[in-house]
Amino acid sequence: MQTNSAQAAQRIGVPRETYAGEKRVATVPEVVEKLLKLGFKVAVESGAGEAANFSDDAYRAVGAEVVPDAATLWAGSDIVLKVRPPAAQEVALMRAGGTLIGFIWPAQNPGLMQELAARGATVLAIDCLPRTLSRAQKMDALTSMAGVSGYRAVIEAANAFGRYFSGQITAAGKVPPAKVFIAGAGVAGLAAIGTAANLGAIVRANDTRAEVADQVKSLGGEFVKVDYEEEGSGGGGYARVMSEGFQAAQRQMYAQQAKDADIIITTALIPGKPAPKLITAEMVRSMKPGSVIVDMAAEQGGNCELTVPGEAVVRHGVTIIGYTDLASRMARQSSTLYATNLLRLVEELCKAKDGHAVVNMEDEAIRGLTVIKGGTVTWPAPPLKPAAVPAARPAAAPVPEKKSGHGHGGGAPVSARTLIIIFAAAAALFACIGAFAPAAFLGHFTVFVLACFIGYMVVWNVTPALHTPLMSVTNAISSIIAIGALVQIAPPEAGTGGRPDELIRWLALAALVLTGVNMFGGFDVTRRMLAMFRK
Amino acid sequence: MSQSLASVAYLGAAILFILSLGGLSNPESSRRGNLLGMIGMTLAVLATVFGPRVTESGIAWIVIALAVGGSVGIFAARTVRMTQMPELVALMHSLVGLAACLVGFASYVDTSVPFQGAEKTVHEAEIYVGILIGAVTFSGSLIAFGKLSGRIGGKPLLLPARHWLNLVALVVVIGLGRQFLNAPDAHTGLAALVAMTAIALLFGIHMVMAIGGADMPVVISMLNSYSGWAAAATGFMLNNDLLIVTGALVGSSGAILSYIMCAAMNRSFISVIAGGFGSGAPKKATAGGQAEPQREVVAISAQETADLLREAKSVIIVPGYGMAVAQAQHTVNEITQVLRARGVQVRFGIHPVAGRMPGHMNVLLAEAKVPYDIVLEMDEINGDFPDTDLAMVIGANDIVNPSALEDPTSPIAGMPVLEVWKAKTSIVMKRSMASGYAGVDNPLFYKENNRMLFGDAKKMLDEVLAALKG
Repeated sequence: MQTNSAQAAQRIGVPRETYAGEKRVATVPEVVEKLLKLGFKVAVESGAGEAANFSDDAYRAVGAEVVPDAATLWAGSDIVLKVRPPAAQEVALMRAGGTLIGFIWPAQNPGLMQELAARGATVLAIDCLPRTLSRAQKMDALTSMAGVSGYRAVIEAANAFGRYFSGQITAAGKVPPAKVFIAGAGVAGLAAIGTAANLGAIVRANDTRAEVADQVKSLGGEFVKVDYEEEGSGGGGYARVMSEGFQAAQRQMYAQQAKDADIIITTALIPGKPAPKLITAEMVRSMKPGSVIVDMAAEQGGNCELTVPGEAVVRHGVTIIGYTDLASRMARQSSTLYATNLLRLVEELCKAKDGHAVVNMEDEAIRGLTVIKGGTVTWPAPPLKPAAVPAARPAAAPVPEKKSGHGHGGGAPVSARTLIIIFAAAAALFACIGAFAPAAFLGHFTVFVLACFIGYMVVWNVTPALHTPLMSVTNAISSIIAIGALVQIAPPEAGTGGRPDELIRWLALAALVLTGVNMFGGFDVTRRMLAMFRK
Repeated sequence: MSQSLASVAYLGAAILFILSLGGLSNPESSRRGNLLGMIGMTLAVLATVFGPRVTESGIAWIVIALAVGGSVGIFAARTVRMTQMPELVALMHSLVGLAACLVGFASYVDTSVPFQGAEKTVHEAEIYVGILIGAVTFSGSLIAFGKLSGRIGGKPLLLPARHWLNLVALVVVIGLGRQFLNAPDAHTGLAALVAMTAIALLFGIHMVMAIGGADMPVVISMLNSYSGWAAAATGFMLNNDLLIVTGALVGSSGAILSYIMCAAMNRSFISVIAGGFGSGAPKKATAGGQAEPQREVVAISAQETADLLREAKSVIIVPGYGMAVAQAQHTVNEITQVLRARGVQVRFGIHPVAGRMPGHMNVLLAEAKVPYDIVLEMDEINGDFPDTDLAMVIGANDIVNPSALEDPTSPIAGMPVLEVWKAKTSIVMKRSMASGYAGVDNPLFYKENNRMLFGDAKKMLDEVLAALKG
């Protein structure tokens, strides 16, 4: 595309999705208008939006060109927007050196990556977006699709479930509320929690990442803890594989929930790995007849042992829904969200609004997205510089991703000039000491200076909540001065050349009593204070 | 016990002290940290007592002295109320200072270890410095204790030309030092030493008297640091590495705490020590200063406060010194429990210099058994005020003063504050409309979404609690 003259506006093409059963479309009329405003030309394959209830006329009305078939569209487009990864025949249609934006899943589709690279394409995989970048959130199609899927999962469950969600007391008798258990509180899980809670069900949820507990509560769910201490954040906002002991405790908790719940929705996915088997056949058997399991991880093998991907089956009286196209089942909604995500991405590519996309590899978000650049595979992107997300702190604040580190304002690096002055002063001082002080003194001086630095390093990270105990313990420790009194209290055995023993003894004794107060009192009061700190 | 064995024991003690301070950096490990400190201290004392420097005739005296001192200390530690903690800590600092003085004098009159030439000069300089720091720590801490316990007024005492006075004192101390080092006999030397001690004591008094009550957290941790330096100086004087290491640890950690406190108030360490904060006659000619006092505040009753609390979904409580004075922390905890049981999200926002000692509020809330994971620091919680229904300020003033951010002429301009006015509603509990320690008027009180609940914090909170339960 760089060979095109800078003046010619690029053409964005949107083909009809060829994957069987896929109803979504990569752009919607509303978004077409905005793409045109960015200076692009937009072409849509005839019937592309039909399954999502967007007619060709609707596209035409906002200024898009409707192209009769896929071959013409691919041949005439500089940039192609897609939902699913392209099929082999689509890649064959692709113009050499063209740009493709859509879900690619490079890890799962190495063959596809090879083919695309062979065509000299530039490919931006929306699934490779660095999600922890807050700037990138507007482009996060995984999140928006997961949100739709989570909602739909509850709707599918309600459809298959033979009862009300909300509890009711009617003239015809009392209806208990449905109990919904949601495994995994990622985006999809949270959407499901909110939807189920709004329908009136009692919602419980679990996640290996303890910090999402507050998000679960905020949506009206109850967080169920696994009775085992382990932190499950695996970086990038995903969960990670947990230890054996944890998994045992987790299985037990799931077994319990299975007995109690009417509906289980599982969303547990670990990137690049088969979905963890959370719900065993045994647990399914223990569920009440008529219960429903929606397995949102079906595509990766499913969280339930009995899931059949893509189908709804009944096992032991429990309906197990393993649809892999939940987002596509709400094609109009998910297409609109997806199209907006892509629009934001195109905006980032075309900051000049001149209808010409530029892939700026310096931009962290764009770098992450770009899996093939001009025929060269650039996936995987180097890891992001650590974002300002606090590392797991023992006293984790309920506000996630708020601020890093500890509360002190200090810590900004000193300016170079001040630093030079400090170093110069220190050097002068050291030179002075070195020139005049006796050797014995220097040994002590070395120890002294090093100890000062240790004190500085050790104390710098203390949490403000503990300032008082810290002060009181350092105070207690400063009664080490007792040592000074101790060595003076008794006269040395050797000759006491005119040493006023009595006077020294009384001075030392007084000092010892004073430090005694401090020593015992200081440690005891610290102990008392610390005993009060509790979680 | 041989000299080498004693040295190794000292090394062990030093390591234990370092681990102890390190352990204090977070609540999980803090108890173990304190325990390590105790073990280190026991080790150090035992190694000394059974070491080569102490003869058997002294052991009886040592046991008696430690038993007397120890029982007094433990009695004080067990009986002190948590609100009096700052006083106790200040008083204890003074003891270390005094002990350092006494050890210094004893070392000077002790002639059993002869020194020659440069070694003698260095040794005497160490004694001099040790006593100087010890004396300043002693008298300064006593004054701090007096101020904190209310025996001495909290207002800064500002003598005319006080900076000159300090400078003169410094010059005289240096002059006396020369005289001391060049003294022909012990008698003249002692005279100079005593004169210097007197000046150092006066200097300590003067320094802390000039510092206002609001700066007390800085002063306390500064004195803490001094007591460490005094111990280090004693170590030099006695050629004892353990004393040097421990003193330096305590000294530098105290200095860093002071620095952190100062940073939290956006002020330089020098300006705090130079004193006189908030007394510089607040300029009433500030932009808002003239208009605001005429504005109305909206007072509400305990019952109305309870209603507001009941309706709120999220509440942030900002405690200040007023809560400590009124001993209201237990009631605050009960209110928290009631609200949490109703599903209200209750959190605490703690300003780094709230109260009279670093971390004062955390200790009080911990005493009342408020779980520490809902007690947050200013930086953690400041961003959440806009999403909060109700911010309740209990006996705090300067730390929630919007003029720190809005009015560049204010004496507290630039100090980070808790932005309670961004909450949907804020309630300020105060005894009266008096201004805080900084002597600055608080525009928060006149904000449209602010309500005032006047009265003693404990009494009013009890009423609020009753209304909540009823």
